[in-house]
Amino acid sequence: MQRYDSIVIGGGLVGSAIAYGLARAGLKVALLDEGDVAFRAARGNFGLVWVQSKGDGAPHYHRWTRRSADEWPALAAELEGKTGIAAGHQRPGGVHLCLGEDELAARRAMMERLRVQAGNFGFDYRMLDRHELADLLPGLGPAVIGGSWTPYDGHANPLALLHALHKGFAEHGGRYVPNIKVKEAGAAPGDFCIRLADGEIGAPKVVLAAGLGNAELAPRFGLSAPVKPLKGQILVTERARQVLPLPIATIRQTVEGSIMLGDSQEDAGFDTSQRPAVMRTIARRAVLAFPWLRDLQIVRAWAALRVMPPDGLPIYDQSEQFPGAFTANCHSGVTLAAAHANLFAPMVAAGELDPALERFSARRFDVPAAA
Amino acid sequence: MTEVELAIIGAGPAGMAAAVLADELGLDTVLIDEQGAPGGQIYRAIERAAPDTPLGADYLAGRPLAAALRASRIDYRPNTVLWHADPEGALFLATAGRTTSLTARRILLATGALERPVPIPGWTLPGVMTAGAAQSVLKSSGLVPEGRVVLAGQGPLLYLVVAQLARAGAPPAALFETAPLENYLAAARPVAGLWAGRRRLLEGLGLIAAVKRAGVPIRRGMRGLRAVGRRRLERVAWEGGELAADYLLLHEGVIPNVQIGLALQLRHEWDEAQLCWRPAVDAWGQTSLPNIAVAGDGGGISGAGAAVLTGRLAALDAALWLGRIAAAERDRRAAPIRAALDRERAFRPALDRLCRPARPVMVPAEDDVIACRCEEVPVGAVRRAARLGAQGPNQIKAFTRCGMGPCQGRICGPVVAAIIADTLGKPIAEIGTWRPRAPFAPITLGALADLAAADFAPQVDS
Amino acid sequence: MFRPRPEGPGAAVAVSIEGRTVTVPVGTSAAAAVLAAGFDSIRETPVEGCERGPYCMMGVCFDCLAEIDGAANQRSCMIEVQPGMRISRQIRARTIDPEAG
Repeated sequence: MQRYDSIVIGGGLVGSAIAYGLARAGLKVALLDEGDVAFRAARGNFGLVWVQSKGDGAPHYHRWTRRSADEWPALAAELEGKTGIAAGHQRPGGVHLCLGEDELAARRAMMERLRVQAGNFGFDYRMLDRHELADLLPGLGPAVIGGSWTPYDGHANPLALLHALHKGFAEHGGRYVPNIKVKEAGAAPGDFCIRLADGEIGAPKVVLAAGLGNAELAPRFGLSAPVKPLKGQILVTERARQVLPLPIATIRQTVEGSIMLGDSQEDAGFDTSQRPAVMRTIARRAVLAFPWLRDLQIVRAWAALRVMPPDGLPIYDQSEQFPGAFTANCHSGVTLAAAHANLFAPMVAAGELDPALERFSARRFDVPAAA
Repeated sequence: MTEVELAIIGAGPAGMAAAVLADELGLDTVLIDEQGAPGGQIYRAIERAAPDTPLGADYLAGRPLAAALRASRIDYRPNTVLWHADPEGALFLATAGRTTSLTARRILLATGALERPVPIPGWTLPGVMTAGAAQSVLKSSGLVPEGRVVLAGQGPLLYLVVAQLARAGAPPAALFETAPLENYLAAARPVAGLWAGRRRLLEGLGLIAAVKRAGVPIRRGMRGLRAVGRRRLERVAWEGGELAADYLLLHEGVIPNVQIGLALQLRHEWDEAQLCWRPAVDAWGQTSLPNIAVAGDGGGISGAGAAVLTGRLAALDAALWLGRIAAAERDRRAAPIRAALDRERAFRPALDRLCRPARPVMVPAEDDVIACRCEEVPVGAVRRAARLGAQGPNQIKAFTRCGMGPCQGRICGPVVAAIIADTLGKPIAEIGTWRPRAPFAPITLGALADLAAADFAPQVDS
Repeated sequence: MFRPRPEGPGAAVAVSIEGRTVTVPVGTSAAAAVLAAGFDSIRETPVEGCERGPYCMMGVCFDCLAEIDGAANQRSCMIEVQPGMRISRQIRARTIDPEAG
């Protein structure tokens, strides 16, 4: 039996960020992952490092998101220095566009609530009218009447981030084990073992970061992760000269020049097929915001399953029945990557989650914790 | 939304033959093709061909097929791109910048083949093209490459193009054959296949003779082929020599175009004899989905003659499936077609062995050779990602961008799979493929946004 | 350079390639017309700025992307020349006109 300081199950954005943080801290880590064909919410990610829409009514989530966004530039620089891979992170602030008066009023009200809820932490935002937006965003469509802006928002390349985390993990001595679907696992307090094809591995700590797979996996470790799939489709255009100076909630231009368009949500179970009707809706909304988008060709598109906890907020837990077993689930794997690497991983290493994360426990769903 | 009984994708020999027979059988059929005129690749521009065309008699054999297609009553839609298809039969099309859709009770994929990528150093230089590319230009416009033209690789098409260019007044400077010696030895057995396919064998020998008569020097056993030049091709180099050249036309055989079948997630198998992926089909071309069939080279490389025959078999099977004929009639009409198909395919195993690509065609030795042309990703990046733990093409795509460009892996797919297999020490059959996604070819956001509500089946919401 | 074969077909089409008028046979693709006009490359890649010419001439490689009648990144091998067609090389990423649409 090969022994490690920690096992991380799941090599997506959440698992690889946590594994990277642990390995960087000097722990001996095994990162288990499925094979080439798997749901992999990381492949469906739009790439926003987004703050302004997060945590209305849940100030702890807003703060966690803000802290992650603040840590992001340092993580990106560190990863690039260590691996040579640039995550393409930019933080010029971000805009959420509104197409109608009701939408604008609701948005303004939400921004104000966030400011109030932030209390002494502070929340800097501006509501921009059409003229101000048109100065900022070339060719803004007449349908846009206003929007919200905060300085905290940015974007990055999710797959470059994933690559950098994996490479950084390996550079710090981490062991990556692919083609594993964890079926048999032994759990005792501070003592976990998982059967692999060529033997067993054991560790006093295990982190469940298997995205949608956590739902089935968690009970075996005395945890709960009631996450469900939420399908999202994305369109990507041909590369163009840089024209958008900052990301919009559903439209962003990558460093390479392609323009990415989202944002759809379908409750379709585990079906990952594309639907032209949804693709059309994404195209229509985008063209309303920027009529000049009409001429751009879509060169690729996809549908992927993202992870959605029941209230949209992350789930972080340590098992009471089996201390040393942790879960981590969230919808925003890119935004929270820095928090996972720089804040969550050290908590796991220390064996204790910070009280600030208590409200993210799955106990909030009133689900019995023990299997 | 318009509903048809049978939608055929591709107007090459398989698609044309299927369409003509489907029409005779009374099936309500639509034939969709990207090109502006029927013929696919092999019979490109056949309707405009002159009787004394340098392309030869085999090419002219496509004329009656195209004429029969024109004379039929089917709904033929040229210049039409299929950009999305779902397994239930909804097809989304784009033509002249406008999008439409229709549903088909049965789909027949007849998308043919493409040339295997030949990733030699310098293959992305201007002036390096496929042999088929030069042939396509000759067919559609009569233009020929000027200057010193070198053809390199192996397979019947290579010799055919040399002969055709020579007849067109532009004899190439050289033909470099890359077949390794063991190919000749392997092809010599079994003798039975050589005899059954003797007509093809003689045709091949005739081609070689034609090339010699044209005075084109042939060099065999060429290794280490490289295209050299600064901003365009200047020289062709190989182990032991080099030659100044203006054009290098590469060819290492053809492989099925499986893009749409993979997008539909039909079951595919790795064909070790032809070193390619092809859909798993039964004797009628039926795939793993009951309403979808494949005909022609898209189901496995067998050539134009076989494509016509498998197209006809697929049309018969479609007629049975749609309830137009009984099984007995289908089988009765199929019998002579099957006999002809057996004859067409007799030489294929020997040909596959004779023209098996040498290892460097599948797995380039040099790390700086471009693997993904669209995204300019070198072989070395693919190897490094596989060593980092990427287990297959999808993770490689995530780590390197291979397959993200507009060709969506059509060109780089085989190379990337072979490199992964080689790096991980696994057979290619285990490596798997990408899942191509809509749009299968680019469409504008405007065309997508303009898709009408009438183009969606009733149960779809917005 | 591609040229008409000695006994080439008669009918010809006049197109504009990089601002120059060029005459090519009926049925020529825009990609082949660029080669006939004497250009070696038809585009510069968006990322590295490498020069590329057409490779497959059948619509699968997307290396022949050119600007045709003002539309960027068109598969020029799949487009037959028409009288007066304006063809330009695609230089790196396309431009965007924010006033369009």
